[in-house]
Amino acid sequence: MFNALQGWLSIFLWDWLAILMTLVLQVVIVVLPIMIAVAFLTLAERKVIGFMQVRMGPNRVGPNGILQPFADALKLIMKEFVRPQQSNLYLFIIAPVLALAPVVAAWAVIPFGEGAVVSDINVGVMYVLAVSSIVVYGVIIAGWASNSKYAFLGALRASAQKVSYEIAMGFALVTVLMVAGSMNLTEIVHGQQGGFWNWYWIPLLPMLAVYFISGLAETNRTPFDVVEGEAEIVAGFHVEYSSMGFGVFMLAEYAMMVLISFMTAIMFLGGWYSPFENIPVLDPLTAWIPGFIWLFLKVAFLLFLFLWFRATFPRYRYDQLMRLGWKVLIPLTIVWVFVVGVMHYFSIGPWFN
Amino acid sequence: MIGFIKHQVKTFGLIELFKGLAVTGKYFFKKKITVRYPEEKTPLSPRFRGHHALRRYANGEERCIACKLCEAVCPANAITIEAEEREDGSRRTTRYDIDMFKCIYCGFCEEACPVDAVVETRVFEYEFHQRGENIMTKDKLLAFGDKHEAQIAADRAADAKYR
Repeated sequence: MFNALQGWLSIFLWDWLAILMTLVLQVVIVVLPIMIAVAFLTLAERKVIGFMQVRMGPNRVGPNGILQPFADALKLIMKEFVRPQQSNLYLFIIAPVLALAPVVAAWAVIPFGEGAVVSDINVGVMYVLAVSSIVVYGVIIAGWASNSKYAFLGALRASAQKVSYEIAMGFALVTVLMVAGSMNLTEIVHGQQGGFWNWYWIPLLPMLAVYFISGLAETNRTPFDVVEGEAEIVAGFHVEYSSMGFGVFMLAEYAMMVLISFMTAIMFLGGWYSPFENIPVLDPLTAWIPGFIWLFLKVAFLLFLFLWFRATFPRYRYDQLMRLGWKVLIPLTIVWVFVVGVMHYFSIGPWFN
Repeated sequence: MIGFIKHQVKTFGLIELFKGLAVTGKYFFKKKITVRYPEEKTPLSPRFRGHHALRRYANGEERCIACKLCEAVCPANAITIEAEEREDGSRRTTRYDIDMFKCIYCGFCEEACPVDAVVETRVFEYEFHQRGENIMTKDKLLAFGDKHEAQIAADRAADAKYR
């Protein structure tokens, strides 16, 4: 589609301008809905947590509080950007950008449907892992540049935690790659064709749990949000940030949540495929629903899980968190890599022949 | 050995976590107890202690006899009373001020009053925009009492058997 657009544009524009315009259009088409989704995710979070605490959540701005995210954004933009006097201005300003940019960049390889992907590269999984791990730099730099003890402690915790859980996350994805036999995200989804029971979540159920738990830790969500543990270190690495600097960190956190949910849906829950494929009555009934709706439903469910966990679980202590990451999740994933290898080699079970 | 296996199943089955999720999941669908305040209001007791008022008898005579019991009992010293003899020889107040900023709405003035003159009403939605407005003078309190007399009388009647 975009090739056609580019060709059409290059008829009456310079080639480089046509390419540039197509690229910018692609970025806008992908990033804009994500930003809107992030905005409403903050609202959904407050609503869901409110509902679980038997209250309404925000309901003043617009009907049922639907415009609340815009009010929040406006408030953040209007606020003064306060900079600590002893901070490193350059790093202080670059840090939120470094936190947000990789998360947005990772969307380049996420397939939203059959062929609906900005760049269909063969090392998609690798790309997402690599790019999303750069987020740590944003956090570390924010903590360092703030020149504050709390921010620095938060940044140290964040970096240790993210690096630890990235290993478990990577290993969990290795099992997916072993089953799918490809690193291309589109290929991985194709491997799950054939309905609910063909998705990878059944043979890789423990890995789904590990991946999602690591995802919680990666995004610094409860129960792993020691990074911002308000009881000990106020708000962690972004204590000193105000105004849109803080807003961008929030944006990055929620965009990361959406990204992790998309990755989970693509890796384990059959991407854009309907769960009713090959099921006699339901398949023809739901055949008209386009693929991306199914993908969005899956992502919405996973995001709901994020919020549900936040409303339910208390925060882990820091040493418990590290113990879980290193002594439970990583051994578990290594064992499962071995199990999947054996099952694959001997073609055991309905999923490995 | 059995205990060990049980423990491992419990740990890796995330049993306790699912129990926790079930609790919050159940509450997600419960009826919400939020009262959307300006549109909805909670029911108030007849004993509610809000804005003060001075009452009159049915014939229009003010009840207050300037006994100053309320002034004496007021723990916040919010009430200031000055009294003089009126032309007809009865004892009446010339000044009856309640400082609404000092007042702690304990209701002691109402309890101390032998003639049910000073009362606290159900009205709690009031605000002051200028300095000095917080001093409720005798005129204002009487006017307030006249305005809300029906409600005040009903509340006293409802609570009468407990007093």
